[in-house]
Amino acid sequence: MASILSVSDVNKVFEGGFEALKSVSLEIEEGEILALLGPNGAGKTTLISIICGMVNPTGGTVRVGGHDIIADFREARRLIGLVPQEINLEPFERVLNTVRFSRGLFGKRRDDAKLEAILRQLSLWDKKNARIKELSGGMKRRVLIAKALSHEPRILFLDEPTAGVDVELRKDMWQIVRQLKKDGVTIILTTHYIEEAEAIADRVGVISKGEILLIKEKAALMAQMGRKELEIDLDAALDAVPDALAHHALTLGEGGRSLIYSYDTAAARTGITTLLGEVAKAGLVTRDVSTRQSSLEDIFVGLVEDAK
Amino acid sequence: MNFEAVKAIYIFEMSRFFRTLMQSFISPVISTSLYFVVFGTAIGSRIDSVEGISYGAFIVPGLIMLSVMTQATANASFGIYFPKFMGTIYELLSAPVSFLEIVIGYVGAAATKALFIGVVIFVTAHFFVELPVAHPLAMVAFLLLTCLSFALLGFIIGIWAQNFEQLQLIPLLVITPLVFLGGSFYSVSMLPPVWQTVTMFNPVVYLISGFRWAFFGTADVPIAVSLLAIALFTGACLVVIWWILKTGYRIKS
Repeated sequence: MASILSVSDVNKVFEGGFEALKSVSLEIEEGEILALLGPNGAGKTTLISIICGMVNPTGGTVRVGGHDIIADFREARRLIGLVPQEINLEPFERVLNTVRFSRGLFGKRRDDAKLEAILRQLSLWDKKNARIKELSGGMKRRVLIAKALSHEPRILFLDEPTAGVDVELRKDMWQIVRQLKKDGVTIILTTHYIEEAEAIADRVGVISKGEILLIKEKAALMAQMGRKELEIDLDAALDAVPDALAHHALTLGEGGRSLIYSYDTAAARTGITTLLGEVAKAGLVTRDVSTRQSSLEDIFVGLVEDAK
Repeated sequence: MNFEAVKAIYIFEMSRFFRTLMQSFISPVISTSLYFVVFGTAIGSRIDSVEGISYGAFIVPGLIMLSVMTQATANASFGIYFPKFMGTIYELLSAPVSFLEIVIGYVGAAATKALFIGVVIFVTAHFFVELPVAHPLAMVAFLLLTCLSFALLGFIIGIWAQNFEQLQLIPLLVITPLVFLGGSFYSVSMLPPVWQTVTMFNPVVYLISGFRWAFFGTADVPIAVSLLAIALFTGACLVVIWWILKTGYRIKS
């Protein structure tokens, strides 16, 4: 698939010498959802701010739909919609006016039918004449999305879209994101919630201390980096792992009633068959066997820890 | 040129003005009426005329300038400062608009609001005094240039200000005193010789004098000097705005 956003060797050094981004490169394919994960201060918002034109890069190039973000900023920015992290809205403005303003700002002619469709899609049409200050926090976030979509962008940036949002609204938001993907919009979202990336992203990027640690297909990432655990529930509790099984690097489960074996799903041999045979040979009675895949969160924490 | 963006900014800013239309309309009417009551009637009754013009009529150009300068500055500075304060400036910075288009939108709206108030005062004054206009075209030109140049100044202040105190600082400490001491309520020739020299360092003197010339055909300084002064002031504001554009001063990191 064609790349719609190309970031190469971008770095940013703020006044005072703080290096927020170090030679960041990434390619975003048209129509995908990329989740950018990273701890606070990792450089997620700086990267988005550079791509969208709010912060000047110190070095490197960014191309949006083939247009350089500096030399050809108008064409590049026309393709982008941005939903910022903070709820930045003028409290006394009315919903429809503020969305209409955004459309005009991006050089599009007034088209109230188009705006009606966007507001209806976001369940905001009933509130079109409400003042922003009269809306709930969730509704305000929807207004920000409506503003970002008002000029029909091909790429949508969602900077922490569900920060401080309750579970129900978060799932609502995911639904909106999935719908936008169906409509052909490329989505790049930053998040703290691993659950969010796991639920909606096609690819996951991990950024820490201004560096992209990896970018992978979510499923491939899980398969490649995910370790699985096999838990063997025993009939009787053990005080320690029997000597006969010591070479398997097992740990005891809660109350000594289970043995836990960690293995790599990508390995040629997982060692499960041998282990189960030796457990029986050691005279242990197995009551149940279960496996558990490590979550994206475990992978993320592991990567960020390794980078320290 | 992104005309749609300029239009969007202009309409958005003007809608803020129309939301408070009654306040925008009534406050200059009341303050002008008060000036007429205090200066025109109470004090003016003891002054026969200034350079052959009734005192009530003499102060009208100064009154219009006083309001236009302060309103243009206040509206433009608030217009661009408010998005900075609310954080909505992210949208301006990420939109396909050039800095020049942003300036035209905000400054254009602020100048329009100031012009509206200037016209309201002009009309109100007719209820109190007989007001001839000797050079209508020059009057309109001076009024428009003053609205524009002070809106440019206000825009610069709005970019520079980092809090509401700073937003008020220059209008309160610089513009208002210069306007009051710029011959709004008196002719420079009424001052002692030393102060006549000192007052010539006040740039507002040239603007008020030129504007008064458009009404009555008499001025404290030659009309060409007044025109040059306002052209220089506008030019200086444009240079500062060009520098802000080049450096991204207090807008972009």
